[in-house]
Amino acid sequence: MGKLDVGERTRLDEKALFVRLETLRLTRIAGAGHYSGTFSAAEILAALYYHELKLDPARPEWPERDRFVLSKGHAAIGLYPILADLGYFDPAQLETYTRLGSAFGDHPDMRKVRGIDFSSGSLGHGLSIGVGMALGGRVQSLDFRVYVMVGDAELNEGQIWEAAMSAGHFKLDSLVCIVDRNQLGIDGRTEDVMAVEPIEDRFTSFGWEVQRIDGHSVDQIVNALDTAKLASRQPHVIIADTVKGKGVKRMELDVNWHVGNLSPEDYEEVYEELLAGGSR
Amino acid sequence: MTTDATSDPNDGVSVDGTGQNQSDVFRGESHAAESRRGSTEKGISARSVPAFVAGEELADLAEFDSRIVVMTADLASANRLIDFKARHPDRFFNMGIAEKNMITAGAGLASTGLIPFVGTFASFAGLLGFEQIRTDCAYPGMSVRVLAHHSGMSLGYYGSSHHALEDLAAMRAVADLTVACAADGNQLRAMLRASLDKKGAIYLRLGRGRDPEVYAKVPEDFEFGRATQLRDGRDVTIISTGSEVHASLGAADLLSEKGFSVRVLDMHTIKPLDVTSVVAAANETSAVVTVEEHSVIGGLGSAVAEVLADHQLSVPFFRHGVNDEYVLVGPPAALYAHYRLDAKGVAEVVEERCRVG
Repeated sequence: MGKLDVGERTRLDEKALFVRLETLRLTRIAGAGHYSGTFSAAEILAALYYHELKLDPARPEWPERDRFVLSKGHAAIGLYPILADLGYFDPAQLETYTRLGSAFGDHPDMRKVRGIDFSSGSLGHGLSIGVGMALGGRVQSLDFRVYVMVGDAELNEGQIWEAAMSAGHFKLDSLVCIVDRNQLGIDGRTEDVMAVEPIEDRFTSFGWEVQRIDGHSVDQIVNALDTAKLASRQPHVIIADTVKGKGVKRMELDVNWHVGNLSPEDYEEVYEELLAGGSR
Repeated sequence: MTTDATSDPNDGVSVDGTGQNQSDVFRGESHAAESRRGSTEKGISARSVPAFVAGEELADLAEFDSRIVVMTADLASANRLIDFKARHPDRFFNMGIAEKNMITAGAGLASTGLIPFVGTFASFAGLLGFEQIRTDCAYPGMSVRVLAHHSGMSLGYYGSSHHALEDLAAMRAVADLTVACAADGNQLRAMLRASLDKKGAIYLRLGRGRDPEVYAKVPEDFEFGRATQLRDGRDVTIISTGSEVHASLGAADLLSEKGFSVRVLDMHTIKPLDVTSVVAAANETSAVVTVEEHSVIGGLGSAVAEVLADHQLSVPFFRHGVNDEYVLVGPPAALYAHYRLDAKGVAEVVEERCRVG
């Protein structure tokens, strides 16, 4: 544990930028896409895949690999380019994104995309998948950790709390839930639509160890992931405070950009804006 | 049928439906205790074979297959999965009254290479947990085996909240899902054994746990997707499944006494359906009747009707089951008699619909 060195921090920030730029590019292929909920998660995805997860892209079925479940499956557009970049498949395949017969839909399908640890899309399910994976590791004495990323509005789903209750009950300390606390659902601010706070207290009362961080700081993300590895006989939740649409001013905290499509002129402008923002 | 006053009304074998000790459903009963008591069924030779042998059978199988894990939702006694827990406590997870989490967590377990058997009432497995079965088990191809017990109206006077008369209709529409109904404990053992070599998710629909014997021993030739012909005949084929197979055999006996020649098919696998045996029944016998403890909409009857239509087979045909309604409150045996799903009722329906010669 400790501070990231400058080189590693720069590398992770560059990978987060890569996620955002690829999200722009792939959305253009699809004609519309989930920009803002992917931008909020860019640093978390980068820190997980380029720093934290124990993976071997040559062996996607390796039993002792760490698992990542993207419960907020609509951010798959940001995950596919990472998997391609790591060598799970040829990046050229991404050109088919969402087109007829593509392996790459708006939500990830594990039977079609190498490197996806579980299919997702129906919100509220992913944490239960993570509970099962962690139990599976325990039963088989396999040394892997399970990371589940959920959206903040997704916490409205009842099954999340069934899963949270069982993870606390079984003391699943190999399980880490990351809440992308990007503040918005589709219809508005979470606290207006259906309040999710106080998230810390809620998880604490279910038997979880809780951390709350700036979800756009790769230092804080990496630090929190390290802390979550300390043995505690408790599952861990990292509440990552983020900004939906992070990096593109017109999209930040604007519900109208949950799903959108930039015009060709705006596309260039946003592309330049992201590059200029670069690694923050 | 059984007249033992201490028996659970939900064993469904009391003709007059006098049993009132409903708490037995949740306590369950050990295989040994059940075997000691036994039961008889009026008019039909019957031996009680407890169908809740899954816990015991899986515990045996787990001695040799380390992939097996078992989960339930606060019903370990009712479904006797506690018999598995007793022998493999590290491979058993009681998930509490949280069926959705149980089924999805089962899918997560399966993704690590295990074979989870998850058991709860059919109403909460197949109806409450439908999306979890479809989206988390079948769609990703997870080897989860859902043990949906107390299906149909077998929870008697618990009422419609606890009945599952629509689950086959829902499950049958799910791609990459095997759907099968166990007629008794011996067939269930065969299904559990066969399931270990099968890829993908399976929905196993079970009865009330005290289903009368259909198979004298574990059928060694059991195969998912291949119907079992229990009787041959020319006049009519009764195609039945799960809890209604025994009643259909009883009906066949009653009908044969009246001179009917009846074929009885145990269509244990609803999906994939054994199309060949349906076509053969339509071609080789003079009428076809389906019998199921399920709505006539969407279950076995619909599946058979689709085969007849697709193959343009013209044969007198009738779907017998529960019409488009919520059934009355009452002890199971009384309900089966009322809805003509006992041997006598099935025989009457078949005779009315398929009068021949």
